[in-house]
Amino acid sequence: MITAHGLGKSFGETTVLSDVDFSAAEGEWWGIIGPNGSGKSTLLHLLSGIEKPTAGSVRLLGREVGSYSRKEIARMMAVLQQEGLAPSGFTVREVLEMGRYPFQNWLGREHEDPSERIEAILNRLDLTLLADKRIDELSGGQRQRAALGKVMAQEPTLLLLDEPTTYLDIRYQQRFMDLVAGWRKESGITVISVLHDLNLAAQYCDRLLILHNGTAAGRGLPEEVLTEDNIRHIFQIDPAIVRHPVNGAPQVLITKGDARGSLKED
Amino acid sequence: MRSKLAGYGAAGVALLLLTLIVSLGIGSVHLPAREIGAMLLHRIPWIGDWIAPTWETSSEQILMKVRLPRILLGMLVGASLAVAGAAFQGVLRNPLADPFTLGVSSGAALGAASLIFFGMEYSVFGGYTLPMVAFLTGAGTLWIVLTLARDQGKLPIHGLILSGVVMQSFLGAIVSFLTIMSKETVNQILYWTMGSLSLRGWSYTAILFPYFAAGFIYLWSRSRALNLLSLGERQAAHMGLNVDRLKISVLVVATLLAAAAVSVSGVIGFVGLVVPHMIRLITGPDYRIIVPLSALGGAIFMVWCDTAARSVLAPTEIPLGVVTAFIGAPFFAYLLYRNKKRRREGA
Repeated sequence: MITAHGLGKSFGETTVLSDVDFSAAEGEWWGIIGPNGSGKSTLLHLLSGIEKPTAGSVRLLGREVGSYSRKEIARMMAVLQQEGLAPSGFTVREVLEMGRYPFQNWLGREHEDPSERIEAILNRLDLTLLADKRIDELSGGQRQRAALGKVMAQEPTLLLLDEPTTYLDIRYQQRFMDLVAGWRKESGITVISVLHDLNLAAQYCDRLLILHNGTAAGRGLPEEVLTEDNIRHIFQIDPAIVRHPVNGAPQVLITKGDARGSLKED
Repeated sequence: MRSKLAGYGAAGVALLLLTLIVSLGIGSVHLPAREIGAMLLHRIPWIGDWIAPTWETSSEQILMKVRLPRILLGMLVGASLAVAGAAFQGVLRNPLADPFTLGVSSGAALGAASLIFFGMEYSVFGGYTLPMVAFLTGAGTLWIVLTLARDQGKLPIHGLILSGVVMQSFLGAIVSFLTIMSKETVNQILYWTMGSLSLRGWSYTAILFPYFAAGFIYLWSRSRALNLLSLGERQAAHMGLNVDRLKISVLVVATLLAAAAVSVSGVIGFVGLVVPHMIRLITGPDYRIIVPLSALGGAIFMVWCDTAARSVLAPTEIPLGVVTAFIGAPFFAYLLYRNKKRRREGA
């Protein structure tokens, strides 16, 4: 589906990403994890083609991602950002309709009337009652669902998620991830998600890529990547790793440190 | 969306026609609305044959040679400035943006002021010299601002606004200098920079119309893209929009439209800033509605301002830029207040 080879990105003197190889096959759900500043979001921006790499290349379905037009990319790939939707006066339904932009001609029409599909998405995401509400009247969780609805309307084959659960409480985190999982099961999309929450990543993703100081420090199944050694080395904490009592996924627990509260980095 | 546009559009067109009829009657010679209607219909092929001319020739002279061209020009100027302002606010996503944000008005003013200062307004192309030079210097200013703001092939918004402000102050200083230095012609430069529609005749309307038509059609066709942009630049790019191409094309078209309007009427502030905001407050955030309604609203607003400018202190004319601000600011304040109140009651 998408392949990155020897990917690097520098801003002036600072290198944020160097020599990352990455490849996601069709239908896989990848999680990209790593500490703050390890280059997760940069990697996602490079994969989405919105930023150009300073080294290496990204190929989407065998073609250089930069050689597609933005519209062509948007027909294959949708991106959900951390902030979701900016507050605006548009209604939920109008925002979902905007998701159809890459398929519309210059008059704003497309071959098939998408309104039935939009209704189905509203229904599925429990947004029907909110359909005519303005985005700036919604709560954070509702707004994130509307943002998900918009990328669903885009009907991509590849979905990129950039820390989509950061601003959500655990109930909405679970609902959000379940909605994505259900969508993937149904339509077989490929998902690449940057996740802060290691425990969510371990439960939902098939495979994880862990970044450290801009390089790939490990990849594989969650139990291969989320090891005590990796966590200690990369996140600089002493973790306790347990198996999830229900589904057996590795879960990372933190242990309260001493009260001196040192923030020393090494 | 479509029914909303049709509703607002019908109301806007009706208001525009009413404005036309009423403002045509106002002036030193009063013309009754029925006579105006008959004279206008008489000019339309087929229908005109049914109407027998019962009015005085002098009335027809005033209407067709003085008032109608002036009012139509006012409509075109107002519509151009308002549409350009809506486009600027959409692309820069800044509520203070107006068609002159990128310095086009000061560029045009510099061209006009230099010509007046050196007494060359009628050189080369006769009466068209001043609008032509004003348009060219306005467009030249846009080019400089874009060059200044461009950073590695991208056009960052803050860079655009800062470059525009810098150019505005710099060129504005030169215009002030010219105004002060030219003792005899001080009024001419000053009046040009405050805008006027008097004594323009049909030819100016004919010059401006193609600019307005092309600019309006292009900007309206990009209104869905402007909607996407209101969700954020990144977001819009992920949804299939080439953000930088949109920004530069819309800014260039809107600026040329504003430059064309300014070159025939002088600098008329406030219309491009306030009319799109008024429309947004009334109709909501959808640019597919904001762009055409801004054209109607700008035309109506400008005609009323110009009617006030030419009749309140007649025979003295008040500079148009003064009137637009004087009428526009309180009305805008009222809309802001009403919106705030409604939101509080709704919550």
